[in-house]
Order: sequence, then structure tokens, then C-alpha cells
Amino acid sequence: MISFNLLVGICLAYVVFLFLVAFLAERRAARGLGGWLRSPMVYTLSLSVYCTAWTFYGAVGYAARSGLEFVTIYLGPTLVLVGWWWFLRKLVRIGQTQRITSIADLISSRYGKSNMLGVMVTLIAVIGTTPYIALQLQSVTLSFTVFAGEGAKWISQDHNATAFWVAVGLALFTVLFGTRNLDANERHHGVVIAIAVEAVVKLVALIAIGILVVWGVAGGPTDMINRIAESPIANAQISSSRWVGLTFLSAAAIFTLPRMFQVLVVENADENHLATASWAFPLYLMLMSLFVVPIAVTGLAILPEGSNPDLFVLSIPLSLGQNGLATLAFLGGFSSATSMVIVASIALSTMVSNHIVMPLFLRWQGASATISGDVRTLVLRSRRISIAAVLVLGYAYYSLTGGTEALAAIGLISFTGVAQVLPAMIGGIFWRGATRVGAAAGLSVGFIVWAYTLFLPSFGPDAFLSSGILQNGPFDINWLRPQALFGVTDMDPLVHAIFWSLILNSFAFFGASLISFPSPMERLQGAQFVNVFDHSRATWTWTEGHAQAEDLLMMAQRILGSEDAQALFRHAAEEQGKQGYLPEITPRFMETLERELSGSVGAATAHAMVSQIVGRSSVSVEDLMAVADETAQILEYSTRLEQQSEELSRTARQLQEANQKLTELSVQKDAFLSQISHELRTPMTSIRAFSEILMETDMLTPEEQKNYSTIIHDEAIRLTRLLDDLLDLSVLERGKVTLNAQEGNLSDLLDKAMSATSSMEDGADMVYSRRKIREDIVVRTDTDRLSQVFINLIANARKYCDAEHPRLKIKVTHRGDMVTVDFVDNGSGIPTKSQAIIFEKFSRLSDQAAAGGAGLGLAICKEIMANLGGDIVYLPGQGGAAFRVSFPLDMPEREED
Amino acid sequence: MSKEVLLIEDEPNIIEAIRFILSRDGWVVHTHSDGTTAFEKITEKQPDVIILDVMLPGRSGFDILHDVRSVSERPDIPVLMLTAKGQSKDRARAEELGVSKFMSKPFSNTDVLAAVRELAGQ
Repeated sequence: MISFNLLVGICLAYVVFLFLVAFLAERRAARGLGGWLRSPMVYTLSLSVYCTAWTFYGAVGYAARSGLEFVTIYLGPTLVLVGWWWFLRKLVRIGQTQRITSIADLISSRYGKSNMLGVMVTLIAVIGTTPYIALQLQSVTLSFTVFAGEGAKWISQDHNATAFWVAVGLALFTVLFGTRNLDANERHHGVVIAIAVEAVVKLVALIAIGILVVWGVAGGPTDMINRIAESPIANAQISSSRWVGLTFLSAAAIFTLPRMFQVLVVENADENHLATASWAFPLYLMLMSLFVVPIAVTGLAILPEGSNPDLFVLSIPLSLGQNGLATLAFLGGFSSATSMVIVASIALSTMVSNHIVMPLFLRWQGASATISGDVRTLVLRSRRISIAAVLVLGYAYYSLTGGTEALAAIGLISFTGVAQVLPAMIGGIFWRGATRVGAAAGLSVGFIVWAYTLFLPSFGPDAFLSSGILQNGPFDINWLRPQALFGVTDMDPLVHAIFWSLILNSFAFFGASLISFPSPMERLQGAQFVNVFDHSRATWTWTEGHAQAEDLLMMAQRILGSEDAQALFRHAAEEQGKQGYLPEITPRFMETLERELSGSVGAATAHAMVSQIVGRSSVSVEDLMAVADETAQILEYSTRLEQQSEELSRTARQLQEANQKLTELSVQKDAFLSQISHELRTPMTSIRAFSEILMETDMLTPEEQKNYSTIIHDEAIRLTRLLDDLLDLSVLERGKVTLNAQEGNLSDLLDKAMSATSSMEDGADMVYSRRKIREDIVVRTDTDRLSQVFINLIANARKYCDAEHPRLKIKVTHRGDMVTVDFVDNGSGIPTKSQAIIFEKFSRLSDQAAAGGAGLGLAICKEIMANLGGDIVYLPGQGGAAFRVSFPLDMPEREED
Repeated sequence: MSKEVLLIEDEPNIIEAIRFILSRDGWVVHTHSDGTTAFEKITEKQPDVIILDVMLPGRSGFDILHDVRSVSERPDIPVLMLTAKGQSKDRARAEELGVSKFMSKPFSNTDVLAAVRELAGQ
């Protein structure tokens, strides 16, 4: 018989042993010697945290009560690891690239770093896990009771006190190893090693008991099979819907339970370990389940009626007097319970601290906490308090419900609650359309349905839900009965709850995702998660360290300049006691380097660059956003500078242009004045000369007198006309001319122009060629001005057409809203080099004798046509001088200004 | 023997006026109204005085003056320049080119006659 004190002593010794293992592992890891700590086997064994005391003791009880149904608990994870390991790999890769610290962090991060979602998942996890922790406390307490069963002294001991001290012990262990250091990756080598050791202990213990019953009690495997066949277990009814439901649930549990996510994703050091785990962990589970039925059958056969089947693992060896084996079994159960509690409280404390305590604290503190920089102590303290709080909650739950039916069933209820994360998780990893609103909707609906159909009823009638509600539904609404939603009555309550909570959860998730619109941050994160394999590199190994130091140096040289960069690296290497200029890439060195770089490129960019090269974690979206922000600021600044200098040079250019224009205008004005002066002085010269002749000379013949007076008269008229033209041109050029639009027949206008020029001496023998039918167009324009142009062109033809038999062809074309009138004579035309200048002022080409004008005619025509909304151009290559006048049929109204 | 004047001018009424004024004073007046062929005319006529307009069809009076002063057989032939543009920079240019006398249009008949006489050395 083992005394209670000895048992406690064994427990303590075991804990001290675990403590030492964990401590040594941490030390080796800190020295960088812990290669084996990261072996795939350790990883696989750490997954065994799945097998809690509930599995260790409870599976046998389960088998004794319900036959083979317990297998589903092992079947689910096996299916996932064998068939869905690619999904787990994606999960692990995301966990590494995004530095995911918990399942709440995963969901929050995927949906645009939404802390609201983080809080929701944390709450679900706490509510789902607390009873489970209580269950572990209960199992440890019960196992003590079994040992004390024969010693009357211990029966009087308070169960609660045992549970309390177990809880305190676990809290201490967890605080010591879960929060020893604050690693960015949330990895706890010591804890993982301790868990792995415990995994071996549970397996060995269970197999030892198995061997005892098969070869010690029964006569070997054949006898055992016969015994099984005879036992009631063989005849237990198996409900297929429960099989499917339970298998699904345990499959989901392998990655949605907070503690499973912790060991599977967060503590994963290398995603290749999954390959080993995918066969090794199912093997472990198979070994764990191998002797469950034999132990159950044996227990039912040899132990007195009414013995608790949940404790067969302990009571069988005890009843057979195998105290050593019993102690081993006790340690196995103890291991199962403690490993679960330790990992679960680490996982929960991370969530509670990161998503509830820290945000609240930072908000309460305002900005001062972040400015002061050292939030490390704060985070550690908040973690420790969270661990204690989680265990206090578990203990409180245990002492409130201890020993009731509720606790026994809590395992599957917890599974179902935590499985509500499933749609948001799988949807978030595979579907970019999943949104924060969708995730929140799915989580809330799933959680509420779970609480209503399973969690609250599990406390029994009238605890939370009255028996009236359970039987008739709230307000007697029949289809809202918690265990028969929508009139589904013939389903097992657990399957019913799994079915409805996850179906409604998924509907809410997909529905709300489809109708809501994701923020940019969500979309970026969504892309990072869904396409994680496109964005990330495989995990980094230490062997690349040297190459990376070189890469870092090269990068630093580009930014800091080679002298400064080399000095920085050499200094760091000296501090580390190394020769040369390449230091070890320690976190401290990276910190220094980032700080140096951030002076030049901004902190976020520096961090992103260093991380990219060192590659321990890929650059996260948050990093990139920060980089983008910095870049945007720099860009904005340089854009502003650029704009300013552009504006300056634009102003300078404008000034220059204005200056040039003024100069040109001034030159033009001089030329124009000089031209006008010339044009005015020439007739005035004749007038003055002949008037002096007339005044001074008495002996002029009457004929001479008449000739000279005629010259004076003609020159005076020429002067007047010149002044008229100048004034006209000035008015037309400034667009100040008053246009008088009226209707007129084009043919009549041309007739008028011909008759106005018919009195000219020049071109008296000019032959006109017209097609009157085509000219029969009514136009609405300033007909006087248009006639002025026609007269000018006809007069020019009469004056300058040098053909022997001068002819002028006038051709009217009417196309759409435009009318064109061509004036083509058969003279020698205008030389090509002069064609460009004929519409300029004073651009008389021939000598004045023939011209008689000042060279303003065509310039005036050009201005008139522009005022009428048309144009006049010279048509080259028509055989003679050819002008085309074009104008709209209906003159556009000019805006008055 | 009467002296000869070559009048290079393109405005017919001004040609008529100057011819009248100088003929009356006993001068032989040759006229020419095209700038392009003016230099040949000068070489051909070898006048005692040239009256030269600036704005001429084909070639400007300045160019003709330049040729007279640099490449003609008699570079010292007196040239009276008449211009309707009357800007000071035209006068400056003419003087630079070696004009003998520069007058603006409109001119006084007496002044023109006096100038021609003076240039002819009478």
C-alpha cells in the first residue's frame, strides 16, 4: 500500500524531474546547442498533449459504457494528420510567416488585425477550456482518492484542497517555463521537452497496464479476444450519426483547441516536422488506444459491481496488488492532466494577455507606455497574471461543479465550443472573400447556438435553462427547443448541437462575408494567408548565418556608406569576441543594425530589410504597410519639393515667354509703325511736291496744272483709304467689330461684288465664269462684310492677273453647314515663297504702281472671315492665283464680352 | 553741258515730281524703278548725282549704296538718299554706308534741288 504522503512525494519528485528536464532544455537551447530539441520526434510527442487525463482515464470508462465509440476520439486526429497534413502545413507556414502567437491571433490577424475578433476567439477559448482544466484537476483529485480508498485517513481530506494545491503547483510550473522569456515566436523549448517526456510516461504507463491485463489477468491475446467477445462491450450499440459527429469533432479539435494550436503551430520549429508527425502521431494514438478495450473488459469482469470505469486504469493494478504499476499509471494520468493544463494555460494566457489585458492597459495608460519603450516587463507580468487567472478560473469551476455529471461530459462540449472557430479559420485560409464581418457573424452565431443547445443544457434542467424551456422551447415556441431546433427531435443532443451550431455558423460566416466589403488591410492579410506559399520562403536554418551576415553588410553599406557600415560590423564582431568584420547575427546585433539603418530609411523599412535578409520571419503585411507609409511620406516631401521647383521654373519660363512676347510685340510694333509711316509718307510726298510745284510755278500749262491737281487728289484719296483700312483692321483684329447678321442669296452677293469692281480700270477685259445654279444658296451672315471680301478678291484678280485674256472662275460648293467660294484666275499666280505671307499686313508683292493699295486688303479679308466664323486660304497649284473663302451657312452667335 | 541725275524710285508720282523740279533747273534726269537692275543702270549712265529711294522692289537702296561704294568704278559718286520710313536708325545706316546726303519724305522741293546742286559741286 502506498501512503498518501509517499504519493505526494512521488508527485513532487516527478515535477522536480520535469522541471530539471525543462530547465536543461532551455539552457541548451539558449546556447544554441539544442538541435535535438527541435527534432521531429519531440514535435510529435508534444502533440500528445491532445491525450489528456480525460483520454487516459476516460477512454476506458467510455469503452466500458459505450463500446467502441471512444475510437472516434483517436480517429479524427488520425484522419487529419494522414489526409489533411497539407492543410496543417499551410497553417504552420502562416503561423511562421505571420508570427502567429495563438488561435485568437490567427483569426484576428487574418481579418485585418481585428482585435474584436481576437477578443471573441479568446472568450470562446476561455469558456471552452476552463471546464476542461477543471476536468483535469478533478481527475488528479480522483486518482488520489483511489489510492486513498483503503486508507480511511485520507477520505476525510478535502478534495478541493488537493485540487487547489495541484492548481497552484501547475500555475507555478507554467509561470516559470511559460514566461521565462519573451520570444517573438512564443516558443517554449523547456515546456515542449517536458511535455514530450510526459507523453512517453503516459504511453508507457498505459501499455504497462495493458500488458498486465492481457498477459497477467487473461492468458494472452487469444484469451483476451475471447473475453472481449463475451463482454457486454462487444454488443454495445453504435450510432452512426454519433460516429460521424464525434470523428468530425475530434478532427476539428486537433487544430482548433487552443493547446493543440499552441503545440501544432506556435511551437513548431520546422514545417517539415509535420511529415514525421503525420505518421508518428497516428501511431502514438493507436498505441494509446490499443489496450483500452482489454482494460475495460477486465475491469468490468474482475472489479466489484459499481466501480467507476473511469478509474479502471488505477483500480485494476491496485486490486491486483501491483502497487508499482499503479503508481506508474497514476503518473501517466498525472502527466496527462498536467501537460494539458500547462499548455492550455500558456495558450490561453497568451490570448488573454495579448487581446484583452494589453489593449486595455495600453488604452488606460495612453501613449506613455508605448513611448517609454520597455513593454517587456509589462507583457511578462500580464502573462503571469493571465496564467494564474486561467488556473483560478479552472479551479473555481471545479469547486463549483466538482463531481457532477456536467464535468464528465465536458470534454466533448468543450470540443464543440472551440470548434466554432472552424469556419472562420478554414474560410480565412482558403477563401479570400472571407471578411471580418463574416468571421464575427459566424463566431457569434456558432457560439450562441452552442451555448443554447449544448453548453447551458449540460448543467442540467433548471440550472441555467428551466426544464420548461428544455421541453417546450422558450415562450412555448416548439421549434426553438434547445435540443430539438427546428423540430429535429430524433438526433443525439451532442450531434444535434454540432450540426446546428456549425451549419448556422457557416451560413452566417459565408452570408455576411458575401454581403460585406473587406477593408484594404483585410484584403492584404487575406491574400497573405490564402497565398502563403507564394509569399514565403521555407524555414531558415542556422547554417546560413555567415552568408546572411555578409548580405547584411552589403545592404548596410548601401545605406550607411561602406566605411560606417564596416565600422559598425567590426565593432559588433569585436564585442562578441570574434575576429574579422562579420559578427554573429544575434537579436542584439540586429536591433543595433536596425536602429542605425532607421536613421536613414525609417524604422519600418529598416526592420523589413533586416528581416528580409535574415529571413527568420518574412516581412508581414504590417511591416509593409509601415514601409509604405514611410515611403509615402518621403515621396510626398520630395513631390512637394519637386512641385515647388517645377512651379518656380514654370514661372521663370512664363516670365521668359512673356518677355520674349513683349520683345516680339515691340519689334512688330516698330515694324508696323515703320510700315505705316512709309505708307503715309509716300502719298504725302507726292502731295507736298506737287502742291509746291503748283504754288511756285506760274508757267505751268493748264494741262500740267490739271494733271498735278489730279495727282494730289488721288493721293489724298489713297491716304484716306489707307487710314480707313487701318482703322478697319484694328477693329477687326480686336474682335470689337459689330457684325450685322442678315440673310442673303450668295448669287446676289457675288453679283454686287462684280458690279462694285466693274468701274475699275484694271482688268476691264476680265472674263468671269460662274455657275449660278450652284450659287443659289441663302446664307445668314454679315453680308456687307462678306461682300467686302468678295470685292477685294475680285479687285485683286483684276489688278494682278497677268494673263493675256484674263479669266476669273468663281466656284461655289456647299457641303453640310459650310459654304466655300473659290476664286481662281488664269494668271501666273503667287510664287510659292510668298504664299505664306500674303495675308500679313503690308505684304504687297508687286510694285506700287500696279497695286494702288497699302497691302492691307488680304489681311482685312482674313480678319473678316475669322469674325464670320470662317476662313480664307490660298489654294496652291490651281494654275493661277486661287483663294478659297469658307464660312458657315448660318453665322454662329458670338459671345459678347 | 548739263549734268545728269539718275533717279532710282518706284513711286510714279514722286518720280514725276522730282523729274519736274530738276528738269526745270536744267538737269538731265534718268529714272529707274527696279532695285534689282539699278546697279547696272548706274554703271551704264555714270550720272553726276544719284537719287536713291530705300524701299525698292527687288533690292533695297541700302544694298545698292553698298555696291556703289565698294565695287563700282566710281565709288565716290554722290548719292542722295530719300526715304519714307524716316527712322533715325535708317539715317544711321545710310551714313555708315557712306551716303552723301540723307533726306526724309515728304521733302521740300527746294531742299532737294539745293542738295542735288551741292552734291554736284555747283
